[in-house]
Amino acid sequence: MMRPLLLLLFVASALRAQIAVRGDTVYTMAGAPVKDGMVLIREGKIERVGPASQVRTPSGYLPLRARIVTPGLIDAHTVVGLTGYLNQPHDQEQIERSAPMQPELRAIDAYDVQEKLVEWVRGFGVTTIHTGHGPGALISGQTMIAKTAAPNTERATLVPAAMVAATLGGLARADQGKSPGTRAKMIAMLRTELLKAREYGTKKPKDRDLRLEALGPVVEGKLPLLVTVHRAPDILSAIRVGKEFNLRLVLDGAADAHMVLEEIKASGYPVIVHPTMARSGGETANLSMETAAKLRASGIPFALQSGFESYVPKTRVVLWEAGAAAANGLKFEEALASVTIDAARLLGIDSRVGSLEPGKDGDVALYDGDPFEYTSHCTGVIIDGKVVSETKR
Amino acid sequence: MWFSKLLACLVGVSCVPLAWAQQKPVAFTGARILPIAGPEIPDGVLVVWGGRIVAVGPASSTRIPAGAARVDARGKVIMPGLIDSHSHIASVEGADASAPIQPDIRVLDSLDVRDARVQKAQAGGITTANVMPGSGHLLSGQTLYLKLRDGRVIDDLLIRLPDGRIAGGMKMANGTNSRRNAPFPGTRAKSASLVREQYVKAMDYRDKCRQAGGDTAKMPARDLRLEGLVEVLEGKRTVHHHTHAQQDILTVLRLRKEFGFKVVLHHVSDAWKVADEIARAGTPVSLILIDSPGGKIEARDNRLESAAALERAGALFGFHTDDGITDSRLFLRMAALGVRAGLSREKALYGVTMANAIILDLQDRVGSLEPGKDADFILLSGDPLSVYTKVLETWVEGAKVFDRANPKDYLYAVGGHGASHDQADFFELEDWQ
Repeated sequence: MMRPLLLLLFVASALRAQIAVRGDTVYTMAGAPVKDGMVLIREGKIERVGPASQVRTPSGYLPLRARIVTPGLIDAHTVVGLTGYLNQPHDQEQIERSAPMQPELRAIDAYDVQEKLVEWVRGFGVTTIHTGHGPGALISGQTMIAKTAAPNTERATLVPAAMVAATLGGLARADQGKSPGTRAKMIAMLRTELLKAREYGTKKPKDRDLRLEALGPVVEGKLPLLVTVHRAPDILSAIRVGKEFNLRLVLDGAADAHMVLEEIKASGYPVIVHPTMARSGGETANLSMETAAKLRASGIPFALQSGFESYVPKTRVVLWEAGAAAANGLKFEEALASVTIDAARLLGIDSRVGSLEPGKDGDVALYDGDPFEYTSHCTGVIIDGKVVSETKR
Repeated sequence: MWFSKLLACLVGVSCVPLAWAQQKPVAFTGARILPIAGPEIPDGVLVVWGGRIVAVGPASSTRIPAGAARVDARGKVIMPGLIDSHSHIASVEGADASAPIQPDIRVLDSLDVRDARVQKAQAGGITTANVMPGSGHLLSGQTLYLKLRDGRVIDDLLIRLPDGRIAGGMKMANGTNSRRNAPFPGTRAKSASLVREQYVKAMDYRDKCRQAGGDTAKMPARDLRLEGLVEVLEGKRTVHHHTHAQQDILTVLRLRKEFGFKVVLHHVSDAWKVADEIARAGTPVSLILIDSPGGKIEARDNRLESAAALERAGALFGFHTDDGITDSRLFLRMAALGVRAGLSREKALYGVTMANAIILDLQDRVGSLEPGKDADFILLSGDPLSVYTKVLETWVEGAKVFDRANPKDYLYAVGGHGASHDQADFFELEDWQ
């Protein structure tokens, strides 16, 4: 049941859409943190940011306070909204196994704004998610970028088709007797399909083929191919295919990234790092809590993700993953950047979100202490200038 | 010296060669000590000798024996080694798919102590773990309480009880995991019915054994399954019961009342709904807190608030990793997440140490820093509940089993190439280089 205060805030903010957030420290992610800072939000957008002493709060603004204020967090890769929390066949929309390559599957046709895990991650300050079809098939479908509070998919959607999701390595292996059965076969199938898509784009046949059509922007270099890939040889395979077809590739997971840093750096491809606290084993046997720090030291662009979980817990929270990265070699602000401005840049949405700057979306997270500390709480979440969570979590 | 060793053997502490190696007392000085048995000591001294704790107290009043090696632990925090009351490390296997109730199965016959996950548990500061088979059965086998000593074979990690038996419990489960195709149960009621049927048989078997009065001719033929259950009925083997949903929790309490076995409730996602019932029954809880609710229907209401609810109700509860559901290296994190959701700091730390010692009936030898107890402790870089704190060293019975300063141990602590290699492979590889 919604608490009266929260309801009141909803009503008040919906009516006025004007909020003044004051923080002991405001991490704008666009310059140095502001001590005793003020963030004004008007009509859903950031209006002004600066020291409270210099930013006068106009009358009628809803005042909110917190020790730490940050931009709303961005989860650079998740499957929440498609992978339901009950983990039953009826609520698992992130993978369809009838064919190994189905780039025509759109995330917007599956995303559920009401899914409990969307609400769950929002409560910790996550306001934007790159979500969609998950790892587990050679090409599983498309991804989208959404805000975590909205009445329906249309209103939630920031980018309806963000990337096409692919998987290489053991996770993409088909059942016994079906293709792809080996790593080499995966690459052969992927290259064949990319060639077909290229030809389809050149010839533009009368009969539409949704599958090849969906790969069109990928072979044209307009839409990134998100490749979930963990082992070092498979990372190199992904880079090889990316270069052959001039793709915009994003390496995802990349447990072995720390073993092929030079090659990744040379490729120019960014990395969405596996969850820092992910379980090791199988494909991810070599994963490390220090991968983010090593990518940083190598100058490779990266962001953090909550990833995909097949069992309990059904999702991780990217806030906590960033905390683990901060505890394992990243500086505090580098870790915060990996779930705010760096994630926004990697996803190409930095004109809208990722930092607290005038004109950007009014997405703000409030914390009662170091956001990465286990015992701190998220005390408020604002999306598009509306208070969407005030539960202390 | 010989006397303390003899005494150690008599009271049942395992006489492990590793512990014997420590011939000289070692005194850790200058640390902030969290003894769990009492209030925090800002400038404390911990003295260990012969695998046991000899003294613990403030620097001002704690005598350091002559000839003791001194370790400067200023700026560090020392607390008891962590106890995990539910883990699946060491490549554990239990019952197979042939039947839902298999009390004759022993995890003893499956464990590989060179599994990399044992090293990772040491890296997380865990010194004692209840290693269990899975929850896909109503009863999946006999568990083992292990000391995470640096061992070559399983025997090196066992805990011998005063009567010579090997310490361990019995794993049971209800709810949805054990509901499968026949011969497994299809409903909750059938699950309870199958269990009751076996307990009735075990009672009958026990009575026949008693009536034989030691006369081997009158004894019933040995039945390994019923023998296992008789140990449960006699309270020699605690039941560690997987149970999530509130109705399943209440079923366990009902069966306990009917058959009188000793039971610990495990996971207990719905603990916050029935905290008072649990407390009133006096049944301990081994709790798991996870990053998000769900993953399966019975865990859909799992909440971080459960720990605080159990504290308010006055129930005894500890935490567990359920490794690999959560990572042993992040065990302290779970205690901290409890605090995030309203649990007191004291009960959070108690929940990863002393509470689990009680749950495993090992409270006389582990769980707190007190003279006479096993020298199982950890050195931390800072506050145990901070994300930035590292486990620097883990000691079991006076032997250092994890040292973050050692590159091999560091690899297990943070991961990387080789971190999932089992111990044997890793060392053999090194030997050949």
